[in-house]
Amino acid sequence: MRLTAITAALSLTAGAALAEGVAPDDVSYSDYGEVTVSLSGQPGDATRGREIFANKSQGNCVSCHAVTELADVPFHGEVGPILDGVGSYRTAEELRGIVANAKMTFEGTVMPAFYKTSGFIRPGDGYTGKAAPDDLAPILSAQEIEDVVAFLMTLQDS
Amino acid sequence: MRHMALTAIAAVLAGTAAFAGGADDDTLILNDEIEMVTKTAAPDHLSDAMDEIISGWHFRSDETQQLQTDDFENQGMIFADYGAEAWDTVEGSEDKSCASCHGDAAESMVGVAATYPKWNDGAEEVRTLQMQVNDCRTTRMGAEPWKYDSGDAINMEAFVTSHSRGMPVNVAIDGPAEATWLDGKDIYYTRYGQLELACASCHEQNYGNYIRADHLSQGQINGFPTYRLKNAKLNGVHSRFKGCIRDTRAHTFSPGSPEFVALELYVKSRGNGLSVEGPSVRN
Ligand code: HEC
Ligand code: HEC
Ligand code: HEC
Repeated sequence: MRLTAITAALSLTAGAALAEGVAPDDVSYSDYGEVTVSLSGQPGDATRGREIFANKSQGNCVSCHAVTELADVPFHGEVGPILDGVGSYRTAEELRGIVANAKMTFEGTVMPAFYKTSGFIRPGDGYTGKAAPDDLAPILSAQEIEDVVAFLMTLQDS
Repeated sequence: MRHMALTAIAAVLAGTAAFAGGADDDTLILNDEIEMVTKTAAPDHLSDAMDEIISGWHFRSDETQQLQTDDFENQGMIFADYGAEAWDTVEGSEDKSCASCHGDAAESMVGVAATYPKWNDGAEEVRTLQMQVNDCRTTRMGAEPWKYDSGDAINMEAFVTSHSRGMPVNVAIDGPAEATWLDGKDIYYTRYGQLELACASCHEQNYGNYIRADHLSQGQINGFPTYRLKNAKLNGVHSRFKGCIRDTRAHTFSPGSPEFVALELYVKSRGNGLSVEGPSVRN
């Protein structure tokens, strides 16, 4: 009885780990900052990715990047480059690495790392100004990173 | 990058994005009398980082700028007037007001705010203007200290500061103040929070650029306290610092903390040479 319980628990954990894909601290970056495998183990959804890209409380990528395809979203920022056509000149592996932790591709960049949970100075609990909890979540989940990458791949040269 | 991005965006997004580019070329003249220095050569200690220092006034819309040109339109002056009332009010066990010792602020306080934060020999510490006022309240008046950046404290700061308007910011960064100044500099370049952004990431590397709907300035404090249209009250330097750090998804410091005192000295020194504008108007 006890044995069965343990085996069941074990296979559950294994299953959960698989579904969660790669944890933030375990992501492996190439020398150029690329990440080859899907972080969630699943393909991304470009429609969801578009929302995350524009949404202030999620990716908020638009606060720094302008994209012509998002003309319905007001106030595009100028801190980062315009991302029109980025899916044509970057591979999905490069884009996954850039969105997960852009510092691996562009040393010292101001672009935040969206799939990272350690190594911060005075991390906060979201935008409350209070200290972060011990189990700080990445800004975007593994699946959300995949969704954003899928959206970026739709930005092709016209 | 700054200018290229701008032209490109103007071409693609005309109509959707807010864009106006870097600092404008307007001139700030106060009450048709005092011409303010709102752009000038960067102080020596900044020469590696930038050539020109620019007041936050230049990054605001024409309408917001206009409000600061006339004391009758500048709502910050209403709060400075409350400070003027407090100046003459007797408080505490010693039966004294500020005026009992300092007389007419229009004479005794001229140029004072331009030199704060400043080293105090007796206390062996760098003091902000609010710390100095609280010291007078507690040790000389026998009155309660004001809470840091509270309404009373900011009103008095605005009143005292208003007597330095048009005079160049001139804080000392050498001698006994140097250690504190270096602490402040460290903080300025530290990339805090989950977004890993330093003051410099936004206000040194990206001033003139839009970040979403916000037009990034150099984050100068020559205009503090600032009357913000957004919250319709006067805002203190430390409260502004706190908001900016919080927005990097960081655990902030508190108003009045040693970290913010050091940061205030450092940031103020980045504006050495700009005119004191406080109380100014911002969005
Ligand atoms: C604080 C501003 C900021 C935010 C927020 C931001 N970025 Fe960036 N991003 C930059 C900057 C700056 C660069 C240029 C890299 C460099 O040289 O520093 C960049 C580069 C990129 C690039 C590479 C473009 C190229 O050169 O091929 C991509 C792709 C990108 N960002 C996507 C995103 C996505 C997706 C998000 C949201 C999840 C995002 N960025 C959020 C600032 C930002
Ligand atoms: C009993 C007399 C007395 C009273 C009352 C008093 N002060 Fe002072 N104040 C002083 C003295 C003396 C100094 C110089 C202190 C020092 O250098 O340590 C000073 C210094 C200052 C300074 C700094 C001036 C400079 O050039 O650096 C400011 C600002 C100031 N007081 C504001 C106030 C305000 C505001 C009040 C009322 C809330 C007030 N004081 C009440 C005696 C007084
Ligand atoms: C993510 C970008 C960002 C970072 C990082 C940041 N700020 Fe700001 N800050 C802003 C924005 C946006 C504004 C409002 C527009 C403006 O005046 O630049 C602002 C405004 C200010 C102002 C008001 C300027 C005025 O003229 O009224 C000061 C002062 C300031 N910041 C200081 C700081 C300091 C000090 C730090 C570091 C602790 C910091 N900021 C970090 C974005 C940032």
